[in-house]
Amino acid sequence: MEAFLTTYVVPAVLVLLQSVLLLVVLLVLIAYLLYADRKVWAAVQLRRGPNVVGPWGLLQSFADLLKFVVKEPVIPAGANKGIFLLAPLVAAVLALSAWAVIPVSDGWAVANINVGILYVFAIASLEVYGVIMAGWASNSKYPFLGALRSAAQMVSYEVSIGFVIITVLLCVGSLNLTDIVLAQENGIGTRLGLPNTLLDWHWLPLFPMFVVFFISALAETNRPPFDLVEAESELVAGHMIEYSSTPFLLFFLGEYVAIVLMCALTTILFLGGWLPPFNFAPFTWVPGVIWFVLKVCLVFFMIAMVKAFVPRYRYDQLMRLGWKVFLPLSLVMVVVTAFFLKLTGMVG
Amino acid sequence: MGELAFGQSGAMDALLYSYMPVVIFMGVALLIGVALIVTPFIVAYRNPDPEKLSAYECGFNAFDDARMKFDVRFYLVSILFIIFDLEVAFLFPWAVSFGAIGWVGFWSMMAFLGVLTIGFIYEWKKGALEWD
Repeated sequence: MEAFLTTYVVPAVLVLLQSVLLLVVLLVLIAYLLYADRKVWAAVQLRRGPNVVGPWGLLQSFADLLKFVVKEPVIPAGANKGIFLLAPLVAAVLALSAWAVIPVSDGWAVANINVGILYVFAIASLEVYGVIMAGWASNSKYPFLGALRSAAQMVSYEVSIGFVIITVLLCVGSLNLTDIVLAQENGIGTRLGLPNTLLDWHWLPLFPMFVVFFISALAETNRPPFDLVEAESELVAGHMIEYSSTPFLLFFLGEYVAIVLMCALTTILFLGGWLPPFNFAPFTWVPGVIWFVLKVCLVFFMIAMVKAFVPRYRYDQLMRLGWKVFLPLSLVMVVVTAFFLKLTGMVG
Repeated sequence: MGELAFGQSGAMDALLYSYMPVVIFMGVALLIGVALIVTPFIVAYRNPDPEKLSAYECGFNAFDDARMKFDVRFYLVSILFIIFDLEVAFLFPWAVSFGAIGWVGFWSMMAFLGVLTIGFIYEWKKGALEWD
């Protein structure tokens, strides 16, 4: 009995506590990234942004949460009620689930499974179901059109993201996210005789793929300038039109969790995860998790700036970019990277 | 958070147990989601009427059912996606074992990619990727 307790119950409780901790920290971080997103957007347009709730508006996101919870939930009469309510749940829970394997510092992953990147890729692919279910179950024209567009857009850019991940895997030789970060301890910089610095990370040798991944991440998460799904001027709000109250909040939350997940993936694949930018004091005094969060915030800031000053794409431009530019480019880069690694004998 | 002492009996068990945290994590995420979705149905004031419950169509009454015909190109995109996503799925094991498979493994994948590229060029020439 005691053996059962120590082998199964204690680890399970530990994992439960870790999961709750990670989710709470993640959700609070997202509340403030949401606030930062609005502030950046406002600053670019010379507005003040949220500044009423709490000092400098710092409690805005929590006020929004409260407001969503006490709003009247409306389910349209023509909707399929079950699927209608399941869709936001699918969107939010899937987006959150991907975080189970993200290592925020050395060994700090809730589940350190050896196919981590494949798991994240699979979960990210499933996210399209939330959108499709919402569009279909609403039984209304705009959500239907928005869902179709969104599905086509998400799957188009997923292919390029897949090829980008392959190039990184060629350099690393492991699907484990922790291994991918640790492989970036040595790189171009150390080959030139420099100490371990940010020059060793993948962003430098794989720079074109870094750019492709960043832009594809914007399209995959329906961020501006690729937010055609909820283009206010034509589709009003896409698949979310019929939603109100917390079902809408869950979609919104899922979207932001997915965006921050893409920031975390960019950090892990290209920006050295939790590794410090310079591997000597005082940079090594800062814990890895701080570096990780800082890098995630940096990528998120870039995404927020893109939202603020890039005009929205047209749908045919979007599909052209995905299928005729990114797909051939990333395919060629996979071949070039493989050739280069093979010829120089740098395969790990 | 480190190594967990989950099941020590056999490699397969150890593999399965390494997924236990994923299941627990999903459970917690699901709990948060369900709690959020249920709360307004309990606490919020509800006063539905036929106008409020009708589908949104810019203020008109809905003309007809929304499950209508749609452009075949969306269907085409999903088919193309399946081809290329499968290609990516084949590339994953190849990329991981890249150091161990030598030049034979390298050229086999290049041949596979070559065939797919020919297919891709055909699609392009046929206009399957046009959207205007």
